[in-house]
Formats: sequence, structure tokens, C-alpha cells
Amino acid sequence: MTSRYEVVIGLEVHVQLTTQTKIFCNCSTAFGKQPNSQTCPVCLGLPGALPVLNRKVAEYAIKTGLATNCSIAPRSIFARKNYFYPDLPKGYQISQFELPICEHGRLDIEVEGQPKSIGITRIHMEEDAGKLLHDSGDTSRVDLNRACTPLLEIVSEPDMRSSDEAIAYLKKLHQIVVYLGVCDGNLEEGSFRCDANVSIRPWGQKEFGTRAELKNINSFRFIKQAIDYEIERQTDILDDGGRVIQETRLFDTDSGTTRSMRGKEEAHDYRYFPDPDLVPLIVSDAWVEQMRRELPELPEAKISRFVGELGLPAYDAEVLAADRLMAEYYDSLVALNGNAKLCANWVMGELQRALNDSGTSIADCPVTPQLLAGILKRIDDNTISNKIAKTVFDAMWQSGKDADTIIEEQGLKQVTDTGAIEAIVDEVMAANPGQVEEYRGGKEKLMGFFVGQVMRATKGKANPAAVNEMLKKKLSG
Amino acid sequence: MKINREQVEHVARLARLALSDTELETLTGEMDAILDYVEKLNELDTDHIVPTAHAVPVENAFREDSVGASIGSEKALQNAPEASDNCFVVPKVIE
Repeated sequence: MTSRYEVVIGLEVHVQLTTQTKIFCNCSTAFGKQPNSQTCPVCLGLPGALPVLNRKVAEYAIKTGLATNCSIAPRSIFARKNYFYPDLPKGYQISQFELPICEHGRLDIEVEGQPKSIGITRIHMEEDAGKLLHDSGDTSRVDLNRACTPLLEIVSEPDMRSSDEAIAYLKKLHQIVVYLGVCDGNLEEGSFRCDANVSIRPWGQKEFGTRAELKNINSFRFIKQAIDYEIERQTDILDDGGRVIQETRLFDTDSGTTRSMRGKEEAHDYRYFPDPDLVPLIVSDAWVEQMRRELPELPEAKISRFVGELGLPAYDAEVLAADRLMAEYYDSLVALNGNAKLCANWVMGELQRALNDSGTSIADCPVTPQLLAGILKRIDDNTISNKIAKTVFDAMWQSGKDADTIIEEQGLKQVTDTGAIEAIVDEVMAANPGQVEEYRGGKEKLMGFFVGQVMRATKGKANPAAVNEMLKKKLSG
Repeated sequence: MKINREQVEHVARLARLALSDTELETLTGEMDAILDYVEKLNELDTDHIVPTAHAVPVENAFREDSVGASIGSEKALQNAPEASDNCFVVPKVIE
């Protein structure tokens, strides 16, 4: 897209953490329970209740900071962000303001082969608000089960220059928090929420243009649509000599447009101040190092190991590393088989297909790496062909039986005995004299027909290489 | 004057306080006097002093991440002016 304007995008992501309990109390964070059943004086905001930080929230924040190249603050504090809204029982949200736990990070992305580094301004811990249910009448209902659920807010620098860069950043960040196990990554349920600050400015201008904040977008596709729409909207305004207003806009998934969110426009005046209920958080070097040791191998490291040590093509490495459980499955399989490319083909091919078709997650996959390795072993030693291996795989998926049992029970062992193959080739040639004539007359593409006939006669069990060889020999003679 | 009537009105609005003219008048004077008093602190050199975030010299108070008892929706809603379907009922919020 050529334009007179440069696009500037900064992103704020709210990551809901996978802790068992809320950030400042012992209430469960389980989803979908009876409204207000998971509440206590702390998360209801009752007077006199004392919030106490969940240690795991600090640990997850430190890990996320380390995985995004942040420096971890040796001392950070909590602050009250004051505003009134019915889903916020205390009249303030406990967040971090002046001294967040992580700062000055970076994520490296790549768009159309161009590497780019996106700055991360800060990561801070905060509590979520409750949930508002809008009734048809003149009332709303409030469920405070979600109130006080731990969140990390991850704020990027305004470093992105296109919606594609924004999506690349978000996908990378999403992959990292899911890999770390700090977030379940479910966009639809709101575990990973994105607000985008979008502005445009004439090329060469140093100052940023006035930005619009896009809220409430719960899929990568919608985020891209919303940003692209917003760029177009602001371009039209500037082209017409108008001015962009700083405001919050909501993305409407039905129309693919954004609209102004009036009513919340009155200047925000949150009057942050340190929360006297919470003591400062001191993070020692030893704690940081312990968290660093607990970090899993991250996607980037996995990809370079898959390429560098296992010799996989970059594409395969990226596909396999995209999901942590998938990558771990692959690692287990390679440990058992050793043929990295063959393993990659099976994981990305048959396994992925079976998972997709049945809507199964890899965590519940009935075919374990050990079972799959059993099939690959029989391909390697020529007991079965690749084609039959797929039949074995399907049977395995259904029954959970091991490869050797399935091959035995269904009589799938490959026919490599040349005598047996020769006999079948003779039969096929005798039954199709016309085609034999044509082949010998120069119509060599009939070879495929003969191979097919032989395979059908052997129910696919004949060794394809042996069949080809025998056919060539017999047909030319 | 450290503070004017508009600022007091603004703070009152943020706190959802409806103040009469007389109250605004009184509060403006009182808040001004308070700010004036606190202004004395500016006479001190605080360049090398870490801002105080907490009055008690305690740090790192933690809870472990294990689920404890909640009080349940019935108790949670006990003092609600209005409730239905296990929820607090509030005037319609329009976004």
C-alpha cells in the first residue's frame, strides 16, 4: 500500500494468567461457575479486607519479562487506579504505575522476510474487573467471579508500521506466553486481549499523529481488520483537511468498521497513588536466576535447533515449534526414531490431519510418540510401505494398538518376495493383453495402470519398488 | 491560592460528590489551607531520598497459589441493594 502517511501502531496486551487463585485472594479463577460464587471480602472490595499478592503471579511476571528481554525491577510497587464503573467494586483497580515489574524489553519479528525489533515499554501486574451482563431492560447485572483475576499488561513501544507487523508481534507474544504456560492463550474467552493505538503522520514528520485506541478485539484477523480500517479512516480525514480526534473506538465485527465509544471520552484522571494495602515487591537476583532456569526452551531457540541440529527445512521447524506440545511430541518422536525429516513429515502430515479431523488437542492424542515410532520403524525396515503405514496409523488412532499387532492382525506385511510379485504381474499382464500391446507400442505412461492393477491385486501390500522393477522387466521382454 | 473552585469541582465530580455552592466555597478554602500547610515539605531537600511507597518497613508479603474457601454468592449478595440470578443488579451501563 502506498500512502502519503506513515502508520504508527503501539499495542497493549492483557494476558490473563493461568494461576489457580486470584491475584490478591484465595478465590478460584475457574471459568464458567455460578455468578459471584467465587468471591470473598477482598475481591468484593468490602471494607477492611486486605489483599495479599499471589507469589505465582510475580513468578509468571518475571518469567514473561525474561522471555521478552526485559529488565526485571529489583523493587516494584502496586498503585491504585481510581475510576468508577459497576464492574469495579472498590472504585479503584490495583495495578502498577510508577515502578512496574518489567521494563525495556524487545521482541524480534519478521514480516515478509524483513526482521524487525519491537520494543516493549513495560509489563505490569494488575487485577481484572468483574463481568457486566447487559439485560434488555434498564438494568445490568454484575458477576464478580472474574474480579481480581491476575493479568499482565504488556505495553509495546509505538514501533509497528503496518497491521502485518502488529499481527506478527501479537502472534509472537501469544506463542511466548503460551509456551511459558503463564496463559492459556484463548483469545475468544478473553485470556489474551489486545488494544491497539493507531495513528498516522505525513512521511518525514517527527511528531506522532493523534491516535485512536481500538478496544475489544478478540481475534488476530479482527485486529488486522480493525487496524486497516482505522488507517483508512484516518487517511480520509487527513486527506480532507480534517483532524483526527483522540478517542477510544470499538471494532464492530459485523461491519468490519470501528466506531467511537462515546461516554468514556471525558479525560481520564486516574489519580494513581501507591496502594497502602500492598507492600513493595523486592525481586532478588537469585529469584530472577531461579526463574530463568525454569524457562522452557522458547520457540526461537527450538526453531534454530530444529534447523541447525536436526537439519529440518525452516518451514518445518516453524510449523513444529509453533505449538509447545507439538514441538515436545516431535522431540520425543525424534529421540525414538532419529530420522528427523521422516518424523517431521508424519507429525505435520498424518498426525496433524487426524488431530484436525477429530478436533482433538495434541494433549489428548491417542497415538503417543512411542506408538508412532513403532510405525516408522516398520517403514524403515521395509515391513510396510508408506501407503500402508497410513492405514496402520488410522487403525492405531481408532484402537490404540501398537503397529506390529495391527500389521499382524490385518495381514499388512509388505510382499517383497519376487516370486510372489512375479506371479501377480503375470496374471495382470494376461488379463490385460490390449494394454500390454499398447505399452510395448510406446505408450509408456500405461506403467501407472499396471502398477495400480498389481497393487489392487495385493491390496496395496506389494513393495512398490519391487513391483516397478518386475513390471519393467516383464513388459519390455 | 493553591487551588481554585474549578479544581475542587473537578475532584468532587471524580469522587461522585454533589456539593452545594456553600460547600464548594468552604472546601476550596480548606483544601487551599491544607495544601499550603503541606507545601512546607518542599522546603526540605529530598533529592536523595527514595519516595515512600509504604509506611511500614515490610516487603514481599505473599500468598501461595492454593484455592481457599470463597464466601459464596448468597453471602456476597447479602447486602446488595438489588440482586437477581446470583448477580448484583445495577442501573443500565451503556458502552
